[in-house]
Order: sequence, then structure tokens, then C-alpha cells
Amino acid sequence: MEYFLTEEQKTIKSLARKIAEERVLPVRAELDEKEEFPWAIIRDLADADMFRVFVPEEYEGLGGGCLELCLVVEELSRVCGGVAATYAVNALGSYTLIEYGTEEQKKRYLPDIAAGKKLTAFAISEATAGSDASAIRMTAEKVEGGYRLNGTKQFITNAGEAELYTVIVLTDPSRGARGASAILVEKGTSGFTFGKEEKKMGIRASVTRELIFRNCLVPEENLIGREGMGFIQAMRLFDRSRPGIGAQAVGIAQGALEAAVDYAQQRIQFGQPIISLPVVQDMLAEMAIQVEAARALVYAAARTVDSGARKITEESAMAKVFASDVAMKVTTDAVQVCGGTGYMKDYPVEKMMRDAKITQIYEGANQILRNAIAVELRKRKARTE
Amino acid sequence: MNVVVCLKQVPGTTQVKIDPETNTLIRQGIENIINPFDTYAIEEGVRLRERFGGKVTAISMGPPQAETALKEAISLGADEGILLSDPAFAGADTWATSCTLFMALRKLEKYDLIICGRQTLDGDTGQVGPQLAEMLALPFIAYVSQIEEVADGEMRVRRMVEDGYEIMESSLPTVLTVVKEINTPRLPSLRGIARSKSASIPVWGVEELNADPDKVGLSGSFTRVVRIFSPQRVCRGEIFQGDVEDQVDCLISRLKDDGFL
Repeated sequence: MEYFLTEEQKTIKSLARKIAEERVLPVRAELDEKEEFPWAIIRDLADADMFRVFVPEEYEGLGGGCLELCLVVEELSRVCGGVAATYAVNALGSYTLIEYGTEEQKKRYLPDIAAGKKLTAFAISEATAGSDASAIRMTAEKVEGGYRLNGTKQFITNAGEAELYTVIVLTDPSRGARGASAILVEKGTSGFTFGKEEKKMGIRASVTRELIFRNCLVPEENLIGREGMGFIQAMRLFDRSRPGIGAQAVGIAQGALEAAVDYAQQRIQFGQPIISLPVVQDMLAEMAIQVEAARALVYAAARTVDSGARKITEESAMAKVFASDVAMKVTTDAVQVCGGTGYMKDYPVEKMMRDAKITQIYEGANQILRNAIAVELRKRKARTE
Repeated sequence: MNVVVCLKQVPGTTQVKIDPETNTLIRQGIENIINPFDTYAIEEGVRLRERFGGKVTAISMGPPQAETALKEAISLGADEGILLSDPAFAGADTWATSCTLFMALRKLEKYDLIICGRQTLDGDTGQVGPQLAEMLALPFIAYVSQIEEVADGEMRVRRMVEDGYEIMESSLPTVLTVVKEINTPRLPSLRGIARSKSASIPVWGVEELNADPDKVGLSGSFTRVVRIFSPQRVCRGEIFQGDVEDQVDCLISRLKDDGFL
């Protein structure tokens, strides 16, 4: 399919593929098995300027948008969804700073993020606040010299390894979500520690931990934007980041499709490669259609984000929901095509199936996002009546 | 520290096929790459620049399309590339190639080190490095696996030999050929690729090098390729007849006759 990518976008995509094939592929099974954080790959990605992709040019980035980020994420995910998550979360942890940060904040942090010297993370989820993100309880009390942070964030990707955290906290608990604010916290700040390392079903090369804040004092200048804007900033962030989850899903599905085709071509049963069996052909064709449709929707949503449009909730939700459902379906079918071999850990498709599941869950469970899309439909209908 | 890296563009495969009619390489469908051994030379040059400053100049003799290899070298960290290309350079053997590189190096400004890969993937001779050093009247160390120290116009290196390694010291400038054990070449970077796309690669021919046409290309070569051919693969088999015991007897007596038993 012709997606009319620019020369620069093609370069980004092909270099990301090269890194994935040369540096990720040889170690992906081991990273998955050992749940190891892929530091060596992070260094390779940094050396190849991949962390510059999503950082504006004035802060030593390459000034790419959502589509450029999606291209990198897709190619990494085609080989390993866990490595891709580890990479992509850096964009998630940087967007709020890029969009709402002061010049001073951006100058202080972004060049190191662009160079891959500092990894970032974004923290909103808590034990009581998942799909209902407005139910956060962590507080930031205004005190002499800054904010005093108390509370625990849960399921935070890159926790422990990242140097910089964008944390959504309540600066005014009496106002609920309207009292939320985004605050930057650096690793090593007194009173800021990490909780248990989660053992996960998939994306096991990425790390997921709790952030624990006990009377953690951060200076006032670490507030991003204005007090009370945190929830809105977070929602806007997810509108922009969801096509990236879609890209992760497309990559995982693409990898599974390729593995299934390879296997079907070489597996002989009843005296012929199983790819000559109409039932298998039917499955593979359906998988290919689904993957390409998901890719088209993800790229279109990413371009909508990059167009600067203000209202992008629907488009980005559609891309994320569709692509993640496709990834689950396609990886499940890939295991089916590969049969008993596919079920074994020596073959990559069972990992892809495990990796795919999270894309239906994080950055807005698909049910919540379908609900958000329906809300927009009702609003539009109401406006035209 | 100014480093010159000599590299060659080669077909990206060791499985080259020869057209039986024309006795030439079948290049169709084969991508050209930087000679893999030369990628270690580029990486080492870039690492030295990162440690000591200066610049890395990649230089290659080849047809006009060898420009791609030099641009790739820039995407991998080299600062500049120079292409030695002229119809008169065609058909060069290792001697004529070294001669052409020698003339280019004479034209270059100050350099402290010349690094070559240990050999090429296509020619496999490993002669250009030492010949070049000889022509430049510079010290030469082959099969370098580690640069241990660089200080006060001298360098100490480790070189691979068959049953171990040797540690050698040399004054600078010097010429090295490097082996794959020396480093792991980095991947290109996005900024490097952008730089390589906008980089202009000067082309030096006979005129620019002020070269004696008799010293370059085919006319400067001492060797002549008389014929290129794929060796015939002959597989002779013999099938013994009869029942198993007869066949075994046949086999044993044949092995005895041929002196294997």
C-alpha cells in the first residue's frame, strides 16, 4: 500500500527496522524470558537518534510528529512489543513537557531526552484510578519551597529506569479532577522510591513498577503549566499518544502475519505445504486485510494529530481500538496457523499473542474508548437536531 | 587526530555467480555494500575522533556509484568522503589501486593515521593496506584487534597472530589494517543520514591527482585477469548392486583398494 511517506519518514522507518532486526531480534526471546530491561537496545536507539524523533528541533530533536513516532514504534513492535513500549513511553513522558512546559523547563530536560541520556515516564494510574483516571488520590500540597508529594502510582512503565517522571497529582483535592496538576519529578528526589516490579503476561522486556512518594518535596518550578490543568493535559496527551498504541498493535500483528506465512509455507502436511490449503489461505488473507486496514487507520489518525486539529479524541480512539483488536485477532490466528509449534516458546508467535493483549487495555481500555466515540456521536447528533 | 579510512564498495554477498558466457560477475539483484571489513575501520576512526577530536576522511576508488558507500560512511560518523573515480582507473589490480590511493593521500593535508580493513570481500587479497604503507614510506601494522594507547605522536596496538597476539608500538602517522575483533560498528544515525544526504563528495580523477596514466588502472597493473570461471563441481558416485552383504563386501574391498582401510 502506498502511504505517501516523505523521504525522511521512509528513512526513519527503514532505520528503525534495521535496528529491530539487527539488535532486537537476536535477544528478544531472552529479554522476554528473563524480563530484562533492554539497556543495550536503548543505547542503540539513542545512538541512532531515535529519541530525537519526537523532540522539537530547537531542543536538539528532529521535530517529528505523531506519524514519525508511529513509524518507529511499528517497526520495533514488529520484532518486540516490549522494546517498543519501553521506547514509546519516552514520548508519553515528554509530550506534556513539550506542550505545556516553560522555555526553561524544556531547555533543562529536552536535550538530554533527545540524546537518549534520560528516559522518561508518565504516571497517572493508581490502585483506585485506572479507566476512571479522575479518581486519583495522590496529593501535592503547596508548602514553603514547593510541593510536598504523597501517594502511590501503579503500573508505571519505565519506572525505576527513567530519570524524569511526569506525575499527575491533586494540588487541590477538594476540586477532584479539576484540582489535578502535572508535576515533574526527577529520580533520586528524597522521598521518591519505587515499589515492586510487576511480573507481566506480555511486553516483558519493558519494566512496570509502582512510584511511591512519601513527603517528597519538589521545587515549585517543576509544575508543568498551571495548577488544576493536570487532568485536561493528561486527556489531551492520550488523544495524541493513542495512535502510537495503534502503531504498536500494527507492528505486533505484522510480525505475527509474517511468521504465520513463513510457517505455512514450510510446514508440510498431507504431502503439501499447508499454505496451499484453502482454509489456511483464507485465514492468512483475512489477517493481511486486517493488518493493512489497521495500518491505514493508524497512519490517518497520526496525520490528523499532526494536522494540529484540536478535537482528535474520536480519531485517535478509533485507531487504537481497531488496531489493538486486530493485533489480538491476528496474533491468535497466527498461533492457530502455526499449530502446536506456534504454542511453544521456541517460536515467536505465542509471545506476540501475549504482547498483543495489553494494547487492548492500556491508554484507555477499548470499552472506555468505544464509549468515548459513542459520546461524540451523540453530541454531534444533538448539535444537528 | 585526523584519520583517513580507505574503503571499497563490494557486492553484498559471498555467493557471487559468474556469467558463463561473458566470464564476468553477475551483479544483477545484488546490492552493493561497504566491504564489511572496512566498516570496522570506519568505526575505529570515528571512535578515535570522539576521543581525540580531529576528523575522519573516508576515501574510496571506484566507479561513480561508489559515492553511495562514501555517503554511507558519513552516515556512520565519517566527516567527509573523497571518491577517486576516472575511466582510466578501471581494471586496476591491487598495485594500481594502492598507487591511486597513494596519490590521493599525497594530495590530502595532514593526517595521523590511515586505517584499512584487513581485506575485501570480493578480491580477498589483503594487499592494498601494506602496499599503500610501502608507497607512503610509513610504518605498517596488520590485523590490529585493539588500539591500546595513543599518546605523544605514538600508538600502541594489539595485533592478531595465528597463535595469540602481539603488542606493537609505532610512531604516527602509521597505516593499520583492522580485524573484526576490534569493535562493533554502530548503526547509522538519523542525523548522520541527513548529513550524508546533503554531503557533496568531491571526485578526484587523473587530472586532480596529477597522475601518470601509466601508473593507474589496467595499464598500471602488473597482474592480468586471464580468465574468471566457477570451478566445476564434480560429484562422482558409485552405486553397488546386489544384496546388502554383497554391497558391503564391494564397499570394503573398494576402500581397501583405495588405501582407506
